[in-house]
Amino acid sequence: MNLRAPLGRVLGLGTAKDGTSHWWGQRVSAIALLLLGLWFVISLTTMSDFGHAEVVAAIERPVNGILLLLLTVTMAYHSYLGIQVVIEDYVHAPGVKVLALILSRFTHVVLVTAAVFAILKIGLST
Amino acid sequence: MSKSDRPLSPHLSIYRWPITMTLSILHRATGVAMSLGFVVLVAWLFDAASGEESYATFVEAMGSTIGGLMLIGWSFAFFFHLSNGVRHLFWDTGRGFEKQQANASAWFVLVAATVLTAGFWMMLP
Repeated sequence: MNLRAPLGRVLGLGTAKDGTSHWWGQRVSAIALLLLGLWFVISLTTMSDFGHAEVVAAIERPVNGILLLLLTVTMAYHSYLGIQVVIEDYVHAPGVKVLALILSRFTHVVLVTAAVFAILKIGLST
Repeated sequence: MSKSDRPLSPHLSIYRWPITMTLSILHRATGVAMSLGFVVLVAWLFDAASGEESYATFVEAMGSTIGGLMLIGWSFAFFFHLSNGVRHLFWDTGRGFEKQQANASAWFVLVAATVLTAGFWMMLP
């Protein structure tokens, strides 16, 4: 006899209420970051130098701007998922845990917004 | 409670720390380190967008000895987390869990991360 409600079985979310979405999101963003991260470090090695003019010129190129947007957004997402697990593992007081999770989410959203703003500002300035 | 003479397991005093445990905690440590490094990446982009003066301040901070050491640390964290991340994705397919395989892949990741970090800094302008 199965005691689970049909709705619960269909949703397949289990006791943690989010099923495999955290795990899956982490893996998919990891694969994306593997490609975007390698592109980023290879791009850094092809820079002639890291002066202001050179860096702005590099970010101004649409391909670089788009890939930087993808990199920073995916990185913020992957970082949020990772820090969430670290907080859940080490912070046990319920109130402090929820506060830390909210603070982490706010921080990540602020950081990624600043990154997107900066990349678009440079990319759209000409 | 009566004390028994039966041995405790694991035998903590004669326990050899396996390399796989080092990599496990390093994966988390490098991940957290890069979350902090993400702040610096965003600062780099933001200062570049804000103009030459802010960018000069950023370059000065990162050009210091401490800044340089942090950049080297973050680059190692990046290559380590990337290499070990591939190891984890490989594990997700259900392969590579035998003791010898896990130990071998652990050393491979350590060597790969070190070589990639060194190569990266040699190729930088």
